Amino acid sequence: MTYRTILSTLVGAVLCGALITSANASEYMIVDGTIPASLTGKPGDPDAGKQTAIHRQKGNCLACHVMPVPEEQFHGEIGPDLSDVGSNYSEAELRLRLVDPKALNPDTIMPAFLKVPTSEVHKKFKGKTILSAQEVEDIVAYLMTLKGSYSQ
Amino acid sequence: MKYTKYVASAAGLLGLGALLVACSPAEPKLESGYDFATPETQAMQDDDFSNPGFMWVDIGAEEWATVDGEAGKSCESCHGDLSTMKGVTTSYPKYNADDKKMRALQHQINNCRTEQMKAKAWKWESDQMLGMSAIIKNQSKGMPLNVSIKGEAAPFYEKGKEFYFQRRGTLDMACKHCHIDYPGVKIRAEVLSNGLPNGFPTYRLKWQKLGSLHRRFRGCNSNIRAEPYERGSEEYTNLELFLTHRANGVAVESPSVRK
Ligand code: HEC
Ligand code: HEC
Repeated sequence: MTYRTILSTLVGAVLCGALITSANASEYMIVDGTIPASLTGKPGDPDAGKQTAIHRQKGNCLACHVMPVPEEQFHGEIGPDLSDVGSNYSEAELRLRLVDPKALNPDTIMPAFLKVPTSEVHKKFKGKTILSAQEVEDIVAYLMTLKGSYSQ
Repeated sequence: MKYTKYVASAAGLLGLGALLVACSPAEPKLESGYDFATPETQAMQDDDFSNPGFMWVDIGAEEWATVDGEAGKSCESCHGDLSTMKGVTTSYPKYNADDKKMRALQHQINNCRTEQMKAKAWKWESDQMLGMSAIIKNQSKGMPLNVSIKGEAAPFYEKGKEFYFQRRGTLDMACKHCHIDYPGVKIRAEVLSNGLPNGFPTYRLKWQKLGSLHRRFRGCNSNIRAEPYERGSEEYTNLELFLTHRANGVAVESPSVRK
C-alpha cells in the first residue's frame, strides 16, 4: 500500500523503487517503506547522533518525542515515545522516517529532515535541509541503540 | 472520535435515527487558550489589578478622550462614552465596501484617525494602538465572537482558510498541524491550544508586553522558519477572519494573559 503510494507520487519511479536526489545531492532509493542503503557510505556515530537529535536548532526531537535523555527537561508528547524504537524498527525503516516521514504519512506533523522545503521558507533558511545526510545517519545509529523503557 | 461515540449513544438512548443526528453535526465548541493555561497564568488574567495588560488599557482610556489631528476631535467627540463600543468587536474583521476588503479593528481605528480626525495613523504594534484595541475589545469581554463570512466576506474567508491549511517554512507545517491536530498536547514545555484569537491583544509573559494577534502569527510563522507577513497585511487579516470564525461562540477575554 505504502509502496504503491510512494511509487505513484514520485517522478521517475522505477520498478523496484525510486531514485531521489536531496539538497546536498545525496541520492537515495525508497524500497517498501524503507531506505535500505546508507546515505553517505560512512557509518553513523551514535554519540554525535544523540547530540544532533537533542539540539534545538537541529533535530529538536524532544519538541515532540519522549527520549531516554534525563539531562534534558520537558519532553514533548506529540509523537510516540522513542525509548524502545531500536527494538521496533530496522535501520532502513528509521532512515526513511527521518529523511521524509511524509512518504509514509502525507499529513504528518513530523518534519522531513533531508528534503528541501519549498513553501514560503524564511530567507535565512532558503534552499537548506534541516539536517545533513551524515547527521541523519548519526541519528539513525543513535536510535538503533534505544532498546528499553524510560519514564520522564 | 468523541462525536461519533456521542452520536451512537444518543441514537441508542433516545431511539433517534442515527442518520438524522449525523446529518446535523454540531462542530464541537472550542476552548479558549485560557483553558489550557496554568492556574497561575489564569489567576493573573482573572484579576484586573494583577493583569499587566491593563497598563495598556489605561493608555487606551486616555487616548479615547484625547483630541488629536487637524479636525480637532477625539474618539469621544464622535462616539461618546466608551461603553458605546460594547459588542462592536465581536464582528471584526468586517468587510468594508470602500476598501473592498476586510478591516481588522486596527484598520478601523486608523481609518477614524486619518479620515475623521485628520490625525496620523498609529503603528500596528505601538502602545497607543495596543491600548486602544485592548480597551475597545474589553468592552465586549464575556461576549461570544460572532463574525460573518457570508456575502462579500466569503472569498476573504476562503483565502484565510487556505493559509491556515497550507504547509510552509523549513519545518513544512501548517497552522492546523499544531492547533487542530494536537490541542492539549505538550510540544516541549508548552501545551498547544486551539490557537484562538479571543484573548488578543494578549499580555505574554515571554514578551513582557501586550502584543497583537498579528505579532503572534509572525511568531508562529517564524518558529517553523517560514517567511512572516507584515502586521495588518491582507494575508494576516484574512487569516484573522478565518480564525475568528473558527472561534465563533468563544467569549472575548481581551486583554488576556499567556505564557
Ligand atoms: C513536530 C513534531 C515532531 C518532531 C520535531 C519529530 N517528530 Fe518524530 N514523529 C512525530 C509524530 C506525530 C510521529 C507519529 C507518526 C506520524 O505522524 O507519521 C512521529 C514518528 C516518529 C518515529 C516512528 C516511531 C514509531 O514508534 O512509530 C520515529 C523513529 C521518529 N518520529 C523519530 C524522530 C526523530 C529522531 C526526530 C528528530 C530528529 C523527530 N522524530 C522529530 C512528530 C515529530
Ligand atoms: C509548531 C507548532 C505551531 C504551529 C505550526 C503554529 N503554532 Fe500557533 N502556537 C504554537 C504554540 C506552542 C503556542 C502557545 C501555546 C498555545 O496557545 O497553543 C501557539 C499559540 C498560538 C495562538 C495564541 C492562542 C492564545 O490563546 O493565546 C494563536 C492565535 C496561534 N498560535 C495561531 C497560529 C496560526 C494562525 C498558525 C499558522 C499561521 C500557527 N499558530 C501555527 C505552536 C504552533
